[in-house]
Amino acid sequence: MPPPRISVHDLACARGDRLLFKGMNFTLEAGELLLVQGGNGQGKTSLLRLLTGLARPEQGEVHWCGQNVTRQREVYHAAMCYLGHANGVKDDLNPVENLRFADGLQGRPFDEVKAVNTLKSLGLERCLDLPCRVLSFGQRRRVALSALLLAGVTLWILDEPLTGLDVHAVALMESLIRDHLAAGGMVVATTHQALNLEGVKVQRLLVGNVAIPDLTE
Amino acid sequence: MHRFLLAVLRRDLTLAARRRGDWLIAQFFFVIVASLFPLGVGPEPEMLARIGPGVLWVAATLASLLSLARLFEDDHRDGSLEHMVLSPEPTVLLVLGKALAHWLIYCIPLLLIAPILGIQFNLPPDAILVLEFSLLLGTPILSLLGAVGAALTLGLRGGGVLLTLLILPLYIPALIFGAGAVDGVMAGTGAEAHLSLLGAFMMLSLMIAPWIAASALRVSLE
Repeated sequence: MPPPRISVHDLACARGDRLLFKGMNFTLEAGELLLVQGGNGQGKTSLLRLLTGLARPEQGEVHWCGQNVTRQREVYHAAMCYLGHANGVKDDLNPVENLRFADGLQGRPFDEVKAVNTLKSLGLERCLDLPCRVLSFGQRRRVALSALLLAGVTLWILDEPLTGLDVHAVALMESLIRDHLAAGGMVVATTHQALNLEGVKVQRLLVGNVAIPDLTE
Repeated sequence: MHRFLLAVLRRDLTLAARRRGDWLIAQFFFVIVASLFPLGVGPEPEMLARIGPGVLWVAATLASLLSLARLFEDDHRDGSLEHMVLSPEPTVLLVLGKALAHWLIYCIPLLLIAPILGIQFNLPPDAILVLEFSLLLGTPILSLLGAVGAALTLGLRGGGVLLTLLILPLYIPALIFGAGAVDGVMAGTGAEAHLSLLGAFMMLSLMIAPWIAASALRVSLE
């Protein structure tokens, strides 16, 4: 198996008649973080959706381990996990049931002990048997993050992962990202918030033409 | 692969069990629509037996359509549809699982209510039996073709109305053969021909609809 690597070649993206970006190139290796930056409406989310394969590029290709992802969809999606603006958490199910379903989606057997431990480590021990409807936005976000951790995949694609999280959760998120990268994972993330990412190999990608001040400390 | 299908099925059944209100609406709708006809056309037993099969089939079609608009909509809104489409398993299997869950949740209860409504329309016992059989063969068509419409109209404003306009014409063969089977047995010409064609149409939908719906879903999500 070749080492995991995601690369983008001459990528262009259009929404309707408007060209958001073109001629984008980058390569991300194991253990690296790609921080996608840019103002509102510059195409950050569109870029992430192109990377996941939910949207088709106007031009150019996305490669996983040197091969076009459209030709190896199943391999790519088994190695990738996407967390978008919406959490993908069902309001009528409790956190454990949500994780059970997330595991079923990946075709994996469900390990309830591990799932409960992950939820507890993310500070949800008091919410285990409550329907997600009664949880706060930040708590639902934590359920979604638990699913991300349990998935055990190489590539995380995170769209604004810090939205709605409190100070502790942001610190937790930072350490989760660091641990994931240290274990040879890859992260593509967009954020407007400052991230403390000491000792992490960070690549920055500016989408659009609005300059953004350096946010990492 | 089977684990994925089971996960989709199990999740939709659990969600339906938690939201019984939505589920009951479709069944009540079926009963009310079918019950309005005798009040409207008068209580002559011969007349009721003649229009009965058609009325019950149309009511079943409309009742299943009522729930189809939300087949993918709820999952789309909370983001779980994207997660399901991004699963390594084929999207076709997802559509198949959702359609099967829709059939189990919304169409099986119709099958249980239909005999009682059949008595209300003065249908003879053998006609009720054929009605049940035609619904058993025909309602999967409603769920499968409905999934195509639901995927095509996903995320559109007024998608529910558009879905009705798109899908109702496609239901015509199922309606003709389903109601025709019951008419046939009452007229003494037998129901086999109609039921065979209905079964063939069901198999055809089963083979084609999930693929079309999966493509439509990908386009709608883009």
